[in-house]
Amino acid sequence: MTDDVVVPTLPTRKPIRLIAETGRPVKGAQTAGFVLPDTDTLLGLYRQMVLARRFDAQVTALTRQGRLATYPSALGQEACEIAAVAALAPHDWLFPTYRDTIALLTRGVSPVEILAFFRGDWHTGFDPRAHHISPQSTPLATQALHAVGLATAAKLKHDPVVALTFLGDGSTSEGDAHEAFNFASVWQAPTVFVIQNNQYAISVPFSKQSHARTLADRAIGYGMPGYFVDGNDVAAMYAVITAAVERARSGGGPTMIEGLTYRMEAHTNSDDPTRYREKGEVAEWLSRDPVDRLEKYLTASGVLTSEVRESITKGAEVLAAATRDAMNEPPVLDPLELFDHVYSAERPALLEQRAFLAHELAQTESAAGAEAAGRESAESEMAGRA
Amino acid sequence: MTLVEETPTKIAGETDASGRASGTGPSAATPAGTPAAPGASAVASATAPTSVSIAGALNAALRDALAEDPNVVVFGEDVGPLGGVFRITDALNAEFGESRVWDSPLAESGIVGTAIGMAMYGLRPVVEMQFDAFSYPAFEQITSHLAKMRNRTKGRVTLPIVIRIPYAGGIGGVEHHSDSSEAYWTHTPGLTVVTPSNPADAYSMLREAIASDDPVIFLEPKSRYWAKDAVTLPVQTAPMTRAVCLREGSDVTLLAYGSTVKTALHAAELGAAEGLSIEVIDLRSLSPFDDETVGASVRKTSRAAIIHEAAQFGGYGAEVAARVTERQFFHLAAPVLRITGFDIPFPAPKLEEHYLPTAERVLAALDTWEW
Repeated sequence: MTDDVVVPTLPTRKPIRLIAETGRPVKGAQTAGFVLPDTDTLLGLYRQMVLARRFDAQVTALTRQGRLATYPSALGQEACEIAAVAALAPHDWLFPTYRDTIALLTRGVSPVEILAFFRGDWHTGFDPRAHHISPQSTPLATQALHAVGLATAAKLKHDPVVALTFLGDGSTSEGDAHEAFNFASVWQAPTVFVIQNNQYAISVPFSKQSHARTLADRAIGYGMPGYFVDGNDVAAMYAVITAAVERARSGGGPTMIEGLTYRMEAHTNSDDPTRYREKGEVAEWLSRDPVDRLEKYLTASGVLTSEVRESITKGAEVLAAATRDAMNEPPVLDPLELFDHVYSAERPALLEQRAFLAHELAQTESAAGAEAAGRESAESEMAGRA
Repeated sequence: MTLVEETPTKIAGETDASGRASGTGPSAATPAGTPAAPGASAVASATAPTSVSIAGALNAALRDALAEDPNVVVFGEDVGPLGGVFRITDALNAEFGESRVWDSPLAESGIVGTAIGMAMYGLRPVVEMQFDAFSYPAFEQITSHLAKMRNRTKGRVTLPIVIRIPYAGGIGGVEHHSDSSEAYWTHTPGLTVVTPSNPADAYSMLREAIASDDPVIFLEPKSRYWAKDAVTLPVQTAPMTRAVCLREGSDVTLLAYGSTVKTALHAAELGAAEGLSIEVIDLRSLSPFDDETVGASVRKTSRAAIIHEAAQFGGYGAEVAARVTERQFFHLAAPVLRITGFDIPFPAPKLEEHYLPTAERVLAALDTWEW
């Protein structure tokens, strides 16, 4: 954060923006004193956004084909997702929700480990400790408290670790969101709250979620800085989140950041957005697309040449192919593993139930074997008669 | 309700003896979290037993755990300078400082939720829910995350958290201060639920709970906080997941836990005067349930009854009755009885004596059997 950035008493009325929808840099009050990241940084963000978008589209397609159980897409929200991940150091922790899958991808979790959850193999497919990412939370806002707790533990141990958690506009109505904001502020926990206001909680629009001017307005009530940011401007999101992470790391406490964005896809594959929003609204937000905007800026600044773009696109296709391949491999699942991770200590009653299932599986297997053998002998008998 | 104080020394002796004797379980089955044998300093300070309350034993267990492991932290509502509304954390804030023992904002979901994050970073939080019914705001964090994280992550993330909950009635508490919420927790896979009934167990089981790598719901029978025994601390009793026989008998097995252990022992005294030999088992662990110890007792006596303060319908006693019936049916001479609270919200203070199971009510229930 530069010295001339003043911690606001209330967030700015207009969202903080560094690159306009036209792709031109923004000057003046709307930057709130934040500085446009250098073009190398922005090109890196662009590359990750393109990869993430291709991955997201691929996973949505796999879900429509019935290969995955469900997938909540983050199409249109790439600026918030990628900026947040880019602002973190490797030892910082990320606390994502079910919609923040592309953030996991960007942090280095492999597609197969990510998609074990959405395919239905297990509730989490990756090692949270290896990646410093908590399991994607399905209960709303609950993970924000985990972030505050982890950040507090790091602070108690004098480790320079920051915890960043994503929240949605809907989840800010949950009590746990309030408790997380308050605990973080009282304990001055090195936490960054990134609220992606994508304007819909499944079908319920933001107007039915909050009567406040902005969600970031709440920050002042908790005694922490709050920023209202154009969530489709990755440069602004990156600058504001980076400053918040640095402030948290240097003992400055938590920050609340609202990124105003839009969920372009349905809530999940089982949702029908035509029942609750107009096509015109979607088209309007399409014109504010975060990837297009950055592309315009980088093209104009000369760093995004056709060769660079081609190599990025090629990388995205390689990722998509790898994702398809990963989902072509059937998962190896052991039903008996259901009992193995509930407790660290063995429980006699659970061992009994495990033995029951093992017996049932063995019976099913031997019945299937006998049936197959019977069919085979019947077939050979038929063949003999013929 | 008539509260008859048992002779402290007698109970201490019984608990101690049976606690050690019931190391019946193979030592290999002892959880990894079992506290280490008392250290050199403890041995040096071991003297004649002194009079210790459950509250005092819990306080000592917290102090020793804080002293032994720098990752142990204690936080919750009023647990700092005040020492908790029941004084269980008395003087710990002064001794260990604000970074080890501190007051949190007044929000139970926040307390459990932040404890989860701390445990993910290597701390071993011991948090307090001020009263049973005030744990309900934390229900989601406990059932959806605390209980499930280990399984969700295939054991990669363990949550060594102890949630201390003063529970049950008998202290004239106004509404929301006397609930017995054990069935909510025992119905949730992933939780270990234990409850001590005497000072020696209070110390030993809390140390073991804090040392456990799994989350433990530690239910403290608040009406028994001030019950004293002669105990030498530190003390190690039977593993916290095992039930213990507190009084041997041949006619009936009375199963009790927490505050109703005293009721059961009282009933056994009264029964003995009438020529009825009652065996009293202190379950101690509600999840897991010690089928082995309970089964052995029921096979001996052929009759079993479970006593608890919580409402009967869908209560913990239903599980106990079902398990005992399923496993010991051909040894049973009569149906398993439940002597419990009524199926009503916990009453106001002036009416609670009519709700709480008494020794007399226990004996009356046993009389309903054909003998």
